[in-house]
Amino acid sequence: MCLAVPGKVLEIEERDGTRMAVVDFGGVVKDVCLEYLPDLEVGEYAIVHVGFALQKLDEESALRTLELFAEIGALQEEFGDPWVSAAEAAAGGEEQR
Amino acid sequence: MRYLEEFQDPALAQRLLADIRATVTRPWALMEVCGGQTHSIIRHGLDQLLPEEIELIHGPGCPVCVTPLEVIDKALEIAARPGVIFCSFGDMLRVPGSDRDLFQVKSAGGDVRVVYSPLDALRIAQDNPQRQVVFFGIGFETTAPPDAMTVHQASRLGIRNFSLLVSHVRVPPAIMALMESPTCRVQGFLAAGHVCSVMGTAEYPELAERYRVPIVVTGFEPLDILEGVRLAVRQLERGEAKVENAYPRAVREEGNPAARAMIEDVFEVTDRAWRGIGTIPGSGWQLSEKYREFDAERRFSVGGITTVEPAECRSGEVLQGLLKPHECGAFGTVCTPRTPLGATMVSSEGACAAYYLYRRLGTGAPAAAGGSAAVGSREVSSVG
Ligand code: SF4
Repeated sequence: MCLAVPGKVLEIEERDGTRMAVVDFGGVVKDVCLEYLPDLEVGEYAIVHVGFALQKLDEESALRTLELFAEIGALQEEFGDPWVSAAEAAAGGEEQR
Repeated sequence: MRYLEEFQDPALAQRLLADIRATVTRPWALMEVCGGQTHSIIRHGLDQLLPEEIELIHGPGCPVCVTPLEVIDKALEIAARPGVIFCSFGDMLRVPGSDRDLFQVKSAGGDVRVVYSPLDALRIAQDNPQRQVVFFGIGFETTAPPDAMTVHQASRLGIRNFSLLVSHVRVPPAIMALMESPTCRVQGFLAAGHVCSVMGTAEYPELAERYRVPIVVTGFEPLDILEGVRLAVRQLERGEAKVENAYPRAVREEGNPAARAMIEDVFEVTDRAWRGIGTIPGSGWQLSEKYREFDAERRFSVGGITTVEPAECRSGEVLQGLLKPHECGAFGTVCTPRTPLGATMVSSEGACAAYYLYRRLGTGAPAAAGGSAAVGSREVSSVG
């Protein structure tokens, strides 16, 4: 239950004086309270925990992180031992399935 | 934008692993604080893919696991009373109390309901004005804002038949308690990402400095965890001890100010007992004076319950990272998810259940060679 998961805002409405949203979690749709993220807009992603949006997911930052990861590897490929990398890639491809 | 699949990319994972391998020169013990991270690590076999120098110690960050037996017994007693509707998250149902669990209370006629959100419990209270509706409020800083908002709404809408059985816990005092323990082996922390989504990172620099320990705010996907490990190891190898954020897409330095303000209004800091660990000063929240009328413990006068833990269960040591689950004599024999002795076997975020679920029955130490890591992962994929 400690798990909070990212979801995408589909609709926003006021209910009983509370800002609520319909949020899509990869196909599962739930009602989510937006009182802690009043600026969240339709189409944006947020970390949701037990029916509450707690933090907006920052797309720009996500992309930057992924780019950084790609660069890290590029350096390794350039300076690392090609046999080790090849073995790892082979093992990794299998393991991660 | 697909925030999930991209942070599970196996090719990028290999790149991060290669960088960690190139950085590490000697053994380091890191603790992942959150049970969600433990689950992800074991599920993806990350501990077995990391270089053997790096040991991951599973931390106490599973709220179900650390909720003290007394509180469970109070929940059971309240839930069994006539006229009460007792609402809880599903993973509390099988947590063993002294002589039964919530599931058994329900079988015996108690009105126990599983809800997704505390707001669902509030709705049930609105729909059943003649009944007392109690929500079991456990969890870390991530669950505190939802529970705080629900109590605030109950107060605002005048819903007097609603109350909260509160057992909220806070991470920073637990880190302090772990570091103060003479048996502590932790050299770096992967801090719980979603706790920091709410609370921000302001509480951690002081701890990093005082205990000379790197604290890296870490997410939950495989790449997030590897990045947390990478940054922590880099600090350790350089002799640094600072706070870094490996989860910037969901964690800002200030956290969520609105959620923090609500926590401060509805709750106040209190000492709290952690199951298997003992009382940690200042490690919990209880309802503040202003909202005390919504405290289920008062409403149902269940203050006087005292309890004893089963002697075979070593979850206290597991929760402090002193023992790996399969090293407990009861693991997988007397104690299984069907017949759990301790809460760490019940919750899917508990270390014992994670080991059981992903069949970590055999050798304890992280796999030494690439070969056995592959075997471990194959077992994982056959289960999942
Ligand atoms: S395996 Fe069971 S008895 Fe052993 S520590 Fe874990 S929960 Fe307790």
